[in-house]
Amino acid sequence: MFASAFDGIKNLLIGLGVTFRNMTTEPETFQYPEVKRDMPSRYRGRHFLNRDENGLEKCIGCSLCSINCPVGCIHVVAAENTEENRVSPGERYAAVYEINILRCIYCGYCEEACPVDAVVLRDHYELADYKRDAFVLKKDELLKYPEPNQFRVSYLGNTSKV
Amino acid sequence: MIDWIFDFISDYSSVIIGCIKAVIVAIVLLQCVPFLVWLERRLMGRFQVRLGPNRVGPFGLIQPIADSIKLLFKESIITSSADKFLFHLAPAIVVFTAIVSFSAIPFGEPITIFGETIGLWVANLDIGLLFVFAVSSMGIYGMVLGGLASNNKYSLMGGLRSAAQMISYELTLGLSALGVIVMTGSLNLSDMVNAQETIPNIIIQPLGFLLFFIAGVAETNRAPFDLPEAEQELVAGFHTEYSGMKFAMFFMGEYINMITMSALVTLLFLGGWNSYGLPLFPILAFAGKVFFLLCVFIWLRSTFPRIRYDRLMTFGWKVLLPLSLLNLLFYGFIKAL
Repeated sequence: MFASAFDGIKNLLIGLGVTFRNMTTEPETFQYPEVKRDMPSRYRGRHFLNRDENGLEKCIGCSLCSINCPVGCIHVVAAENTEENRVSPGERYAAVYEINILRCIYCGYCEEACPVDAVVLRDHYELADYKRDAFVLKKDELLKYPEPNQFRVSYLGNTSKV
Repeated sequence: MIDWIFDFISDYSSVIIGCIKAVIVAIVLLQCVPFLVWLERRLMGRFQVRLGPNRVGPFGLIQPIADSIKLLFKESIITSSADKFLFHLAPAIVVFTAIVSFSAIPFGEPITIFGETIGLWVANLDIGLLFVFAVSSMGIYGMVLGGLASNNKYSLMGGLRSAAQMISYELTLGLSALGVIVMTGSLNLSDMVNAQETIPNIIIQPLGFLLFFIAGVAETNRAPFDLPEAEQELVAGFHTEYSGMKFAMFFMGEYINMITMSALVTLLFLGGWNSYGLPLFPILAFAGKVFFLLCVFIWLRSTFPRIRYDRLMTFGWKVLLPLSLLNLLFYGFIKAL
């Protein structure tokens, strides 16, 4: 009985020592609005659409991302490229490209399915807004930021800026 | 007219000084509560490798003021099935008893101002320790009535638990304090401090100190003995149904009890305002010891998980009570020799 009591007291003191040591270490807190975390390179945050080196949209409007999406949050309407109005290097381009990021589960399947690496998920995680409509990202919003939005997708799935 | 006023003041000077002291102590005590809340949140943060509140004001010092403003302006919700009278009475009892029990605590030697000797206490009672125990255990009525009046099973359970815990640990508290009383031969708290002028009681009675401190933590319903407000089982225990300022009053009561208990441990075992060679004002020595004990309270809270209810009872009755009886017997024996 005394042995177990001694053991218990010893363990309590060890516990107190652990918390005391915690006090002397540097806190893990990020001072969030001022200091932002560097997310890991494979972090899947907000979507972006890429442009190629000529400034054309990479997306060819094949809808594979939309088909692959488990929750069906991507809406693509394709249109034909013409000589006067060339938007993408391929035959067709996405006339409408919308992602509902409220519905999105950030699984990254769209990124994987894309044959031309047009859509990527980047490390932007501040996605809050005041209006529901703002969460349905239109094509111009997806293309806008950051400039020049050319990303490389490695075979591991890491997206990096070119 | 002027003469009459002076006569009145000189005739009733002790009463007037007593009133002023009571008001000052009550106000300072109530001001300590927001600071203590801040200290607890900051220190808990540091113990858990985070920062704690640091946004409102420098080091987050204004945070408790912001919190209390929020609590003041919150709607006071009373459930329709609650007993209105007792529901309002319960938090008042808790705060009242907490403040009154502090009134018997001395925190320094008498000082002389303008030829008038003023003791640094509200009331230097000859039954000081007994008074503190009696009044602070009255505070349990507040918790039990709060739990009962809420008409909520969780509140009731919390109230019952706090009563059971109080009964079990009050014994240990009293018996371990009896060791000091036997050695000092007085219930007067300042006599006890004067008896420790050379050696603090913690060196003479380490077991008594340990028992008293553990029972004190349990008495103030602090973690790891915060069974009455166990969030995981009882939502918030006896103050589940309380909101706004009435909830804040329960909170204040708990923190003032914490201060009272730290002050009692300081007076009984750590030598009160004796600074043992350190060049400190007596009152600063006292405040420093109380502050240290409050930090230990917070340290315990951030380290230990809550113990199970049956183990709490077993620990109180089967471990602490026999130990405190042995402690008392031992020091009684020494005194008799």
